[in-house]
Amino acid sequence: MAGEKKEALLEIRDLKVNYKVYKGTLKVLNGVELRVGKGERIGLVGESGSGKTTTLKSILRILPYNASIEDGRILYKGIDLLRADERVLNEVRRREIAMIFQDPMAALNPVFKVRDQLYDIIKESARGKLAKEEIEEIAYRLLKEVRLPDVERVMDSYPFQLSGGMRQRVVIAMALASARELLLADEPTTNLDVTIQDQILRLLADLTMKRNLSVILVSHALGMVRKMTDRTYVMYAGDIVEEGDSGEIFENPLHPYTQLLVETAPKLTGNWNPRGVPGRIPDYLNPPPGCRFHTRCPFAEQICREKKPPMIAVEGGKRVRCWLYYKR
Amino acid sequence: MRMAQYILRRVVFAVFTLFGLSVIIFVMARVLPGDPARMAAGPRAPEWVVEQIREQLNLDKPLHVQYFLWLRDVFNGDLGYSIFTKRSVTQDVIEYLPASLELIAVAAVFQILGAFALGVLAGMYAYRWVDNAIRLFAYIGISIPAFGWAVIFQLVFAWKLDLFPVQGMLSVEAPERITGFVTIDSLITGRFDAFTDFLKHAVLPAMALAIGPMAQEARLIRSGMIDNRYKDYILLMESHGVPKRKLMFKYLLKPSAIPAVTVMGMDIASLLGNAFLVEIVFNWPGFSRYAISVMLNKDLNAIVAVVMVIGVIFIIANIIVDIIAAYLDPRIRYVERGE
Amino acid sequence: MAIAGRVTRRQLVMESLRRYWFKFSRSKLSVVGLAISLSTIVIAVFAEYLAPYPEHAGFYISFEDALQPPSWEHPFGTDEYGRDVFSRVLFGFRFSLKLAGVVLSIVIPVGVLLGLVAGYYRGRILDMAIMRVADIFIAVPPLVLALAITSLLGPSLVNAMIAVTLMWWPWYTRLTYNVVSSVRNEPFVIAAELAGAKPLRVMFREILPVIVGPILTKATLDVGWVILIGAALSFVGLGAQPPTPDLGTMVAEGIKYMPEYWWISIFPALAIAYIILGFNLLGDGVRDMFTE
Repeated sequence: MAGEKKEALLEIRDLKVNYKVYKGTLKVLNGVELRVGKGERIGLVGESGSGKTTTLKSILRILPYNASIEDGRILYKGIDLLRADERVLNEVRRREIAMIFQDPMAALNPVFKVRDQLYDIIKESARGKLAKEEIEEIAYRLLKEVRLPDVERVMDSYPFQLSGGMRQRVVIAMALASARELLLADEPTTNLDVTIQDQILRLLADLTMKRNLSVILVSHALGMVRKMTDRTYVMYAGDIVEEGDSGEIFENPLHPYTQLLVETAPKLTGNWNPRGVPGRIPDYLNPPPGCRFHTRCPFAEQICREKKPPMIAVEGGKRVRCWLYYKR
Repeated sequence: MRMAQYILRRVVFAVFTLFGLSVIIFVMARVLPGDPARMAAGPRAPEWVVEQIREQLNLDKPLHVQYFLWLRDVFNGDLGYSIFTKRSVTQDVIEYLPASLELIAVAAVFQILGAFALGVLAGMYAYRWVDNAIRLFAYIGISIPAFGWAVIFQLVFAWKLDLFPVQGMLSVEAPERITGFVTIDSLITGRFDAFTDFLKHAVLPAMALAIGPMAQEARLIRSGMIDNRYKDYILLMESHGVPKRKLMFKYLLKPSAIPAVTVMGMDIASLLGNAFLVEIVFNWPGFSRYAISVMLNKDLNAIVAVVMVIGVIFIIANIIVDIIAAYLDPRIRYVERGE
Repeated sequence: MAIAGRVTRRQLVMESLRRYWFKFSRSKLSVVGLAISLSTIVIAVFAEYLAPYPEHAGFYISFEDALQPPSWEHPFGTDEYGRDVFSRVLFGFRFSLKLAGVVLSIVIPVGVLLGLVAGYYRGRILDMAIMRVADIFIAVPPLVLALAITSLLGPSLVNAMIAVTLMWWPWYTRLTYNVVSSVRNEPFVIAAELAGAKPLRVMFREILPVIVGPILTKATLDVGWVILIGAALSFVGLGAQPPTPDLGTMVAEGIKYMPEYWWISIFPALAIAYIILGFNLLGDGVRDMFTE
């Protein structure tokens, strides 16, 4: 394939995921394609509800019970994680890939101390059996690394005794324990105070750089995504609509959706415009045929309502899923 | 520190509630129709004897005076005189209560073990046949009242299959009475035959008592596990490759079981009420059978005493449950609960 | 315009009814529960037409027919006086349901009203007074208090009803209170207050709709539990008195004839289970109706 500079660490091919709800079946992921090279940092952007979290959760196979993976492959170092048996999958979960959850309030078990949970994770992440002192040492080091003050107190705290920022640091420390290859960060700052969002993102950038981790960063903060990542995927209603170098994407967006997304994001702060892109994500119960964006697209034509556009390679190593760029 | 404060507050509330309960039940016993003095004396006794008894029982005094006299006696450990057993109610309580408590203890063990085993199994295999079977069992379990189970168990396992004794508490000679608890006394005196004999007699009534609440608690644990299974905090541990067993039995079970544990405590305390009926079926020589007898004979002092004794046990159980819940759930322990 | 408006409102009602039915019927068991509960009510209402021997419901003796095992003539057998157990069980449904109906129709309005008031005036004297008294009644297992009160009043079906009513209201007060306290400071309540609505109006127009779901769920489940308590009272001889065909009484009477004449006890016991099972399943369905 063209433009394959780095060896692929993770490759998602044609991923289709449905959710069953009482009204019927939500066809959420509509054939997601995504590639992460070794050491590469990927941004994944799009409105809330476009399927970003579902994509990340599919990688570690931690989707809720009403989700079903209809089609596709998730190749990690050549192994299809969707079909790998529990043992192989757990090996990957323990030592290679880890995820940072969106809501630090919900991500830690309310009735266990931080120590309990962190120790168990460290125990799993080791190849052999660790002595208690070793686990303790690693735990302290990790919590220090995420710049938590008063590590001893944090260890013996229950989650509800910690602030949101502290909790997210704990979650990051846990992720660092397991992620030796790839870190999935699912809007790691959305639910935090504005004042500490920046700190947490910087911390993440810092730590992943030091460890040379590949990253998929899902975020609404386009400015941060641009700064922190090499390549960006833009997602709309379960489809990747545009892909390319992060600078290029935000400088020169091609897909009408990306254009709107970039336009409505305030440039300086990098924060999400509360009004956002006009219109709403379509109903997944009966997604629009053809290009899923045509209901909101200012340039929609007849073909957009009928056929889903292919991924079209354009100059600058970018690829875009839009009929506007067909045969030029 | 906080914990001690919390318990102290609960105790103060409990004392207040018990005081209220005693007023209500005492007043009811005195105000409602029927002349206790006449009943004590018997229908054919001459009027002067009735009068004498009335004086003796303080029934000629105003209600509030009667109440405070009664309360004073209670604090001295005197629950009054029973016209049914013709002796002190305190003595009756001491004699009959242990057998009931022992039965309830056995039932509680069944209930807890059963609820956890079934609940966890159903939660782990949610929506599969195991779960459906347990659900069916749970529905049947709560639909048949304890005395219904008692009758059925007695018919099937005692009469027809002859696996357990039909009724009674012991068929061997009772061990020497030291604490009043057969299990403890038999162990102290080395009468293991009495101990196993007791257990054999206790199985059916205890099962009859345990099965309904067990089924309900199992369902609570199950739905807790299902509700929490896909919470982020479980997915997080799963995403780190924590083995399934640890995930289920440590991280999922604890938060899921807390509501059930609270209910469990209350259910165990409530067994004392249900035991009323089961003891009759199995002819168990316990407090509940005594309670029914005094109620049928309208033995006022004894009725008030029965309600108060059960109230005290119930409230103590309540407090213990709260302490256990607070121990299991740090949120209760640390967060001040604003009233 | 007006007509169009009315039509859409009706459509809205139909739509929400369909939604409720959809949520209710999602579990087949709820539908089974509905069927059982309906059959219970039908049996209770039409007992004298359904029972093969309606005269056996009361005082009737025919010793030559006594203690016969189940047969085509007597599907549940006959008891010690030669009465048809099947007929008596059908009449038992009526007494059970009557008890539940009377008790709940008093207990629910009273309990809910007290809970509303206490929750609305949270932290005031009225709240304290109501809730502390409720606490007292909840401090003892329901059955024990019901037994004690009935025994003091004198054993009879009416007194059993009074006793159960007396000890049942606090549960509704407690439930209402909890829900009310949780919505007491919600914007929609505050907004109504700021708009100058009187307390009663706020309670009934704003708060009451919120508690309908939980109350209805509990009420359905409670039909079963009240019947159970009633059966328990008669079982020990404090409720309905023989020869009333009360299910609890019948179980108790039959125990003397165990194990040879097991049908005298077992069928009434199963009938109790049938009723409770029905309302339990129905109650779960009602709960589903009010949750997302």
